[in-house]
Amino acid sequence: MSAGLVGIAVIDILLFLFLVLIAIAIARLRNLFAIAMLAGVFSLLSAGLFVTLDAMDVAFTEAAVGAGISTVLMLGTLALTVREEKPVTHSPFLPLLVCAITGAALIYGTLDMPPFGAADNPVQTHVAPYYLEQTPVEIGIPNAVAAVLASYRGFDTLGEVVVVFTAAIAVLLLLGGGGRSGRHGKVAGERKKD
Amino acid sequence: MEHHSILRVVSKLLIPPILLYALYVQFHGEYGPGGGFQAGVIFAVAFILYALVFGIEAMTEILPPRLLLILSATGVLIFAGTGVVTMLLGDAYLGYNALAADPPHAQEWGIVIVEIGVGMTVAAVMMAIFVAFASHNPPIKDEDW
Repeated sequence: MSAGLVGIAVIDILLFLFLVLIAIAIARLRNLFAIAMLAGVFSLLSAGLFVTLDAMDVAFTEAAVGAGISTVLMLGTLALTVREEKPVTHSPFLPLLVCAITGAALIYGTLDMPPFGAADNPVQTHVAPYYLEQTPVEIGIPNAVAAVLASYRGFDTLGEVVVVFTAAIAVLLLLGGGGRSGRHGKVAGERKKD
Repeated sequence: MEHHSILRVVSKLLIPPILLYALYVQFHGEYGPGGGFQAGVIFAVAFILYALVFGIEAMTEILPPRLLLILSATGVLIFAGTGVVTMLLGDAYLGYNALAADPPHAQEWGIVIVEIGVGMTVAAVMMAIFVAFASHNPPIKDEDW
């Protein structure tokens, strides 16, 4: 094994170790502010994992969306609600059992998966070679990810944009933040304070 | 908030580079990592930082919630409209080859245009959601900082 691969393995193990530690900390903490910040750190570490997998675009998105904007929105939600989680009243054994069974099923499922990174994996032999070979010819841009995202899979991306738009509509309908209804909502909020 | 001079100075220094970086990510997406989704989020973050430090009213003065809603819908329309234009030009829906004489150029045009739509929607949506949350919140008290 070359020195580079050993280095990546060490980084992967460290990142996964930190992810597990943060997950345990999130499960044990009761302060929601700290949990929101730790969730941001979790996303940032996941972005690091994506970098070691050479998935730069995904890492970029995870860092910007997961660690950046979701943390801000989470804190905004906290300011609307409460900062402390309610004490747990039920016994932890049933959730633990559910988690253990689901985790075991997921690990059992991975046994059927093709070996990680093998050249004859379905993901490497299906449409990916076509995209990688034809992007310089058909699209003429260096970033194959952008070519797949916006051209080969343009319909999917259009769907994603519509989903993002729908999220805004849903939040604005629930909280009343857009346009005329927004001003009404604000007036109602101010009245409540008085 | 008046005496948080470090926060105000640092964020004033940071916001222009953040906006520039968002534009770089948007228009360099064909060459390096990035694209409309990431650029939109980074662009929104600059305004959110401004709103966090200078108050939500300072942000809604330039970007009222109604404008954000219009912008987010415009982005979707740019993306979906590109498909309609390519159909009118005689290609399939979102078949960018009809946009210019030679296919690689047409594809690049198509990708740049739809990425602008993506960036616009994502930035406006993120800011709209933030404004929706923040305009319900009382301003953060000094002792909570």
